[in-house]
Amino acid sequence: MRKILVTLLFLLFGTSAFADCNIKSGSINILANDFPALRTFVETSKQCKGSADFKVTHSSEHNKIAVPALTANPSEFSARIAANSSIVPLMNQDLIRPLDDLVKKYGKGIQDSQLITIDGKVMAVAFMANTQHLYYREDVLKDLGIAVPKTYEEVVAASEKIRASGKMQYPYAAAYKAGWNLAEEFVNMFIGHGGEFFKAGGAQPNINNAKGVATLNMLKKLSELSNPDYLTHDSEAIKVEWESGNVALMTLWASRSGTLLDDEGDPKITKATKLTGPATVGGGNIPAATLWWDGFTLAKNRSDADAEATFRALAHAASNKKMVADAADQAVWLVEGFVPGPKSIGVIEAVKMGAKPYPMLPQMGLMHGALGSEIVEFLQGKESAEQALKDVEAAYISKAKEQGFL
Amino acid sequence: MGINSPLTQNLMPNKTFFWFFLPTGLAMILFIGLPIISTGIQSFYAQHDQVVKEVKKCDPFGCTVSIVVDNEETTKLREAKPLGKFNGFGTYVDRNHLAIDEIKKFWNETENFGAFVDQVTNLPFYKALIFTLTYCLFVTPNVLLLGFIIALSLNAVARKIRGPLIFGTILPMIVTPLVGSLVLFWMIDSQGIIGANIQNLMNDPYLSLKSSKTLTWITIIIYGIWHHSPFAFVVFYAALQTVPQEPVEAAIIDGASRFQRIKHIVLPHIYPVVTFVALISLMDNFRVFEPIIGFSAEGSAQSLSWLIYDNLVNEEVILFGSAAATSMMTIVGIAILLAPVLIRTWKEFKTAR
Repeated sequence: MRKILVTLLFLLFGTSAFADCNIKSGSINILANDFPALRTFVETSKQCKGSADFKVTHSSEHNKIAVPALTANPSEFSARIAANSSIVPLMNQDLIRPLDDLVKKYGKGIQDSQLITIDGKVMAVAFMANTQHLYYREDVLKDLGIAVPKTYEEVVAASEKIRASGKMQYPYAAAYKAGWNLAEEFVNMFIGHGGEFFKAGGAQPNINNAKGVATLNMLKKLSELSNPDYLTHDSEAIKVEWESGNVALMTLWASRSGTLLDDEGDPKITKATKLTGPATVGGGNIPAATLWWDGFTLAKNRSDADAEATFRALAHAASNKKMVADAADQAVWLVEGFVPGPKSIGVIEAVKMGAKPYPMLPQMGLMHGALGSEIVEFLQGKESAEQALKDVEAAYISKAKEQGFL
Repeated sequence: MGINSPLTQNLMPNKTFFWFFLPTGLAMILFIGLPIISTGIQSFYAQHDQVVKEVKKCDPFGCTVSIVVDNEETTKLREAKPLGKFNGFGTYVDRNHLAIDEIKKFWNETENFGAFVDQVTNLPFYKALIFTLTYCLFVTPNVLLLGFIIALSLNAVARKIRGPLIFGTILPMIVTPLVGSLVLFWMIDSQGIIGANIQNLMNDPYLSLKSSKTLTWITIIIYGIWHHSPFAFVVFYAALQTVPQEPVEAAIIDGASRFQRIKHIVLPHIYPVVTFVALISLMDNFRVFEPIIGFSAEGSAQSLSWLIYDNLVNEEVILFGSAAATSMMTIVGIAILLAPVLIRTWKEFKTAR
């Protein structure tokens, strides 16, 4: 925490001399998720707010607030920091504005690769990348002569070996909390098996097949090697498990590596914590992981003056070489001038291995929601994989019909 | 006559009662009645058919061709019919609610009744309904019983220590439900004080209160009893203060035991209050929600209220129709549950007149 504060103060005072965006009016109000990299990003943009009002809401509940807050006219927020999945509901409801003119006018330092274009229009500007990948305890693996796993089959074998050695009872951890997290693990594993969520060219579900069954079976094997409370564990909970030394192999977000490797906690565990790319599964060659970008979008229901002020402040951060140099260990920045450090290995490996981005489809949120609640009973051993997948498809179809997708 | 005797109510003339009730009545119509009507209307509508088009999407990881919602077309549809597509009872009977078609299918396909019940209880609405009813059926009577026992015991202790004891007893009700459930949640963690001790006691390192469905249900029910008992206790304790002493003393002289005194004098006297507490508890318990969130028990236990919450916030796409339909069915459910008690009270009211 102190380290973050010091970094922020340094950023504030260290760069204030250069940060002059000359914003004369308008009001800026940003909605963002809550993790260190986003805080750094928002703080950097604040440096050049000029005489504009500046407000920010960092909340892990951002997904629940976003659509209602941006639907209001004028909208509560002038900008929303979104990701591949959370931009979709905003697009579905037509709540964000195209940024082409603003990019042309004020987006000098922004690289073309940062622009998210949909149907030829710039809808968001990305500034960092994220994925879930493997973390391992070097000391534990070395002691038992286990090579760093490259596939989930090897993860299972390694975990079984660690358990057999008596070193750890639950050597594996991943965020399997029923709901969004669990569904995300399914999405990763299904993509690793080469699955497609929908039948070509439509919204008909396509998961009740051999790939779906294989996905579920792998999730079950891994869950049996995890703490028995796995259905209640989110990213924060497994991070705590890791820091208490209960876990030797873990699948976790790259954006969390900063807090795992900071000075807090047992230095022995921190020193032995190593990062590697995401694992593949079932003999596939693309990783069982999804690539994510975080970027900013601007609310449609807000005055042009506010949009302009907000864009200029955020563009300042999204092209800030100093920020990415100072906060190089907080995220994999997509901003020009970023030199990847040891904490970026996971994302870089994932990109090299050809990982797929999280599907940016209008009906994907409904599928994600159905997965999160309907596969729980299979993991608890209460129903077969086929039945669970049938339930997911049925639940999805009802919701998709209500929403007009089918 | 009891404290809530119908006779005392009849003392107020109808006109006075009307003016007395008017502000409350208006507020109820404005803040409860109208929203319920609006929810009801909403439950009959579904979203318009989504108009989608294929476009090129580019992000830092490359370009793909896939679909997006065509906003121009959708806006036209929305402006023509802002409520959405009329769906009648379509949402009520779909698979995520009453699932009429699915149940018919199960009935025809399954070979025995057990398999049929298995299939039906696998549907989200019935799964939630069963948990909600189980919770109500276990928590309500236990809350009444425990509240009554605590009230009787506290009524019997010396006046000096009664104050602090009463405060301690109502503490579970003062603690915010979410905080109360979180505290218990951490205690039953496999490394928490209760969880770890149970593992030791049972000699089973894989035992987890949170991963087993049955144990999760039991935990939530025990939590519910713990949380709601103080309410019953406070009301019962107040009612006990009004029990007339003469008949009790007369009964003591006649040699009635403590149990007989409670059964024949105290209970009949506070009976209207018991009905009141039972009603309120049933209503509260039917809307069980916070402990499911507090215990992160979504995987094992879902209630009707949780289904509504799930439709509104857990999806990236908000399902207003679904949430509205479940809300309406929750209201109907509460009405059905309360009907026997209400009918009985009404009959008593009639005879008293």
